[in-house]
Amino acid sequence: MSERMSERTDEQSAERTAEWTAERASDAAGGQAATAPSGQPADDAGPALLSVTDLSAWYGEARVLTDVSVTVAPGEVATLVGRNGAGKTTLLRSVMGLHKQVKGAVALDGRDLGRRSPDARARAGIGWVPDDRGIYASLSVEENLLLPPVVHDSAWSMEKVYDHFPVLAERRDFPGTKLSGGEQQMLAMARVLRMGSRLLLLDEPSEGLAPVIVQRIGEIIREIKAQGVGVLLVEQNVTFARSVADRHYLLAQGQVVEHLSNDAFAARESELLTHLGM
Amino acid sequence: MSEFIQYTLQGLAAGGFYALSALGLAVIFGVLGVVNFSHGACYMLGAVIAAVLLAELSLGFWVALVVVPVVMFGFGVLMERLLVQWLLALDPLYNFLLTFGLTLILVEAVKLRYGVSGLPYEIPAGLGGQVTVGSVNLSVYAIFACVFSVVVCIAVGLLMTRTRIGMIVRAATEDAGRTRALGINVGRWVTPVFGFGIALAGLAGVLAAPTRAITAEMGSNFIIILFAVVVIGGLGSILGAVVAGFLVGLVEAYGVAYAPAYAQIVIFVLMAAVILVRPSGLFGREEVA
Repeated sequence: MSERMSERTDEQSAERTAEWTAERASDAAGGQAATAPSGQPADDAGPALLSVTDLSAWYGEARVLTDVSVTVAPGEVATLVGRNGAGKTTLLRSVMGLHKQVKGAVALDGRDLGRRSPDARARAGIGWVPDDRGIYASLSVEENLLLPPVVHDSAWSMEKVYDHFPVLAERRDFPGTKLSGGEQQMLAMARVLRMGSRLLLLDEPSEGLAPVIVQRIGEIIREIKAQGVGVLLVEQNVTFARSVADRHYLLAQGQVVEHLSNDAFAARESELLTHLGM
Repeated sequence: MSEFIQYTLQGLAAGGFYALSALGLAVIFGVLGVVNFSHGACYMLGAVIAAVLLAELSLGFWVALVVVPVVMFGFGVLMERLLVQWLLALDPLYNFLLTFGLTLILVEAVKLRYGVSGLPYEIPAGLGGQVTVGSVNLSVYAIFACVFSVVVCIAVGLLMTRTRIGMIVRAATEDAGRTRALGINVGRWVTPVFGFGIALAGLAGVLAAPTRAITAEMGSNFIIILFAVVVIGGLGSILGAVVAGFLVGLVEAYGVAYAPAYAQIVIFVLMAAVILVRPSGLFGREEVA
């Protein structure tokens, strides 16, 4: 830990994390150790769909991720929780191959993706839903759905998509960006499901949406999870994250500072969020 | 009134050349992010090749209309493979400078071989003369050029809106990185799109050949106006390129007819006015920060 700390540039946050680590150590020593070990989920929960190992990322000289390791199993939802600038989106972009200044390994089904291009990664089964939803204005709703190739036989048919998202069927001929924010989010998720992506990278799907829509998105996540799709979810809305996730990675200053099961996270939520500064 | 109609027709015919070329410029910019300064030179090459086909091989206008776009497509593919692709990862200015340099080379090479005086090219048989509609005499070739440009623009429009290739080009034009992340090998489309854009400039050149002085310099003024067209229509907008092409053709024709001293200025006044009201052009999307 101290080794990593020395690499920090932001002294204040280093201090905060140091404090926190010390606290937790004393907690453990004080006989409250139960939370920590049981809260730390086992990593051997079956073969990983996605495994990110010691990933570091830079923007020019600035290091935004430091030795981040994350796994997602099939049918599992793991979240990345952390404040703005913690490196969550960069992590998703690195997994997608869109951020190139990286070191470390990203593997899908145990196969290293190396320097493979974003399109090769998408065809291997990674579906990216960016934080701005990434809907094309010059494509109709239906074209937005049909654009990506079908990459896996678990892909949703158009009938299934329209069955699950009737609003998209109604507006199939509308330009994609004429939809409301919630509808665009549905479209962005439906688009990667129609591709047959087996790993979804969801970047703040609940952001700026009405509670009823957020609830619907939660239902969809639980449903695709039941179908064996793995989800890596970036979320600032902790209540929502807790309602869908199995595990949580807490990111601060580009590092994973905690890795918790959903129950352990729920039990310590307010404490953890205070420490993250959220 | 009859004069006004004649100017309108001339404007629409010239606008057709602009529209076709701007269409090429727009798809290249959209998919590659390259501002192709050599587009005017490619237009000039189209006209020169048509003239050379006629003079040296006795191949007429109709053959040139088919052969020149094919040759220019090949030229575009070579240009992209040999030169443009190596600079794609760098600042867009590098490719702008590259194509600027290429323009100088092409213009000088044509001068070296064919001199500075215009090459002869006549209006093809059957398209010469005038037709009288009511009391107005209209040039048959201008009508042909105008209709032909519109048909090609519609065909390209259908290609863009009704085919999968068109869908991919539209998506990549909006955001190439995101389109890659959706599993589409955008790189595979880069070369054909570049060739296609250059072919459209060549086609415009053939179409202009019978009505313009065919010289090495004919693209120099053309490219400047073409940039105005693209700015007015909205950079990267395909519909905008076509509409602005015809609009600028009309404005230029009326300018030449009614205010010859200000003919060139009018286009740029129009451009300035459009930028003031809509900074991203008539059909451009607002930049999202």
